[in-house]
Amino acid sequence: MTALSLKNVNKSFGKVHVLKDINLDVEEGEFVVFVGPSGCGKSTLLRVIAGLEDATSGEISIGGEVMNLTPPSKRGIAMVFQSYALYPHLNVRGNMTLALKQEGQSKSVIEERVQTASKMLNLEPYLDRYPSELSGGQRQRVAIGRAIVREPKLFLFDEPLSNLDAALRMNTRIEIANLHRQLGASMIYVTHDQTEAMTLADKIVVLRDGRVEQIGSPMELYNNPANQFVAGFLGSPSMNFFPAGIVQSGDDRIMGIRPEDLFLADDGILSARVSHVEKLGGDTNVIAHLNDHQITARLFGQHAVEEGQDLRLGFDPQSAYHFNTQGARLY
Amino acid sequence: MNKVRSNPLNTVAMHGALILYTLIALFPVFIILINSFKDRRSIFREPLALPNSESFSTIGYETVLQQGDFFLYFQNSMIVTVASLFFVLLFGAMAAYALSEYRFRGNMLMGLYLALGIMIPIRIGTVAILEMMVATGLVNTLWALILVYTAQGLPLAVFILSEFMRQVSDDLKNAGRIDGLSEYTIFFRLVLPLVRPAMATVAVFNMIPIWNDLWFPLILAPAEETKTLTLGSQVFIGQFVTDWNAVLSALSMAILPVLILYIIFSRQLIRGITSGAVK
Repeated sequence: MTALSLKNVNKSFGKVHVLKDINLDVEEGEFVVFVGPSGCGKSTLLRVIAGLEDATSGEISIGGEVMNLTPPSKRGIAMVFQSYALYPHLNVRGNMTLALKQEGQSKSVIEERVQTASKMLNLEPYLDRYPSELSGGQRQRVAIGRAIVREPKLFLFDEPLSNLDAALRMNTRIEIANLHRQLGASMIYVTHDQTEAMTLADKIVVLRDGRVEQIGSPMELYNNPANQFVAGFLGSPSMNFFPAGIVQSGDDRIMGIRPEDLFLADDGILSARVSHVEKLGGDTNVIAHLNDHQITARLFGQHAVEEGQDLRLGFDPQSAYHFNTQGARLY
Repeated sequence: MNKVRSNPLNTVAMHGALILYTLIALFPVFIILINSFKDRRSIFREPLALPNSESFSTIGYETVLQQGDFFLYFQNSMIVTVASLFFVLLFGAMAAYALSEYRFRGNMLMGLYLALGIMIPIRIGTVAILEMMVATGLVNTLWALILVYTAQGLPLAVFILSEFMRQVSDDLKNAGRIDGLSEYTIFFRLVLPLVRPAMATVAVFNMIPIWNDLWFPLILAPAEETKTLTLGSQVFIGQFVTDWNAVLSALSMAILPVLILYIIFSRQLIRGITSGAVK
């Protein structure tokens, strides 16, 4: 069964057309990540799915039912916000039980669900604390707990990790992945961080300017991007682009090569001057200039490369991508 | 710590300035208080002297308590002030929430219209208001005063509160919507507690002019049973003879409730004034 299906969804704020003809199906139990640069409409799309904004046109169905006019609380969804959005006047237990009380669930059901959720998220010692007495990571877990107790058909996450520090972000990311395995629920996750997208998603939706650029599994998008935007957006460091004319004169296409596909070679076809070196131990990132184009090479292991040095870099022609000047993928 | 602040000389200068200002601000209140406990002759002979065994007298307070129904006036003032503040805060907050939260046609114009009252003094409309009150039979009722003061306080309340409500996190309101709270519950349970400092600011700004007002009580509700404290105290000020003991005693007693209300609100008030600036 499809957990969510969007058909030609459009959204305009006055004259500004924010979402343009979005079509998407989310299967039961699937983890879908919306990713894109800021202002691409991914949060708006999530809010349209949640019912916090009305779609200007198009159809939104959740669990097979058309939900365009259903208020958010009746859509069978739960949402986790970037700023946690905990109720400041309620303690952790109160925050988690409020929605269930509104639904009119019995006391025993509420108690049982709170027990399960707080055990899952290690929140048991904090149930009587107020949000102001919790750390950022704990607040985020309470926000997730508040979503879990509702046993929704669909979980919506709006950049849930962007307020956490780097170490905590990685732990919470793993926790969310585990949670998805345990609950087997359908989840939609919005982020601008491509690492989160790559590591969590079953399916990634890349958005730009309110349009879907490509939908597919992380590896599909990585190996087979539909256009220059998707190719440049996924992967870190991002793909190098330069005119193919540098390699073969008279060629007016754009060539793309991933930094990890470049290697040092004395007879390499590219000649570049090193402008900066990042030594990470396991990898060495070399930022160099190829004529006027900045390129990045990710070399495995440690290399004695210095700034200002001239390098020759080679690559396997099989690993190169070609785009036309409009950015569409040729092969 | 900041070097300027830790310098003892600066600390002394800072506190000196604050103490000086406090003295200047409290001086009139102090004069009223000490003179209210003196007999008439000593008030005029040595207005700045403290009451001593010779000049001490509670004649003023006795006059006030005997003549006229002081407690009724007091009660009237209290009812009018508290009820007006309640309505100003309730309706002001509701209008501010609608303006800051909902997108609708004419939102901007409505905001400007509601703020217009800040610039136009309500007293300009006194004659029209009086005519209206006569027509509706509200003259010489406390309702006349409550309605006028509510109208007078709303523009500033809407203006201040809508600014603060814009700062309340959208995520929080949306979380409430997803959890199935009604718009009223979101307003009363989530938003109002978060703008409490702003509410206190509005309350204090409105409370003092209402409590001290003489104009509208004199015009709209001068009857004995609806007199407010300020109007009641005017009994002792005659065209030719003024009973200064009684006037000073009445004023001293009138200060008390405002002072108490102010102390209740002041902690919130300071947070309200500074919270926008330093966060």
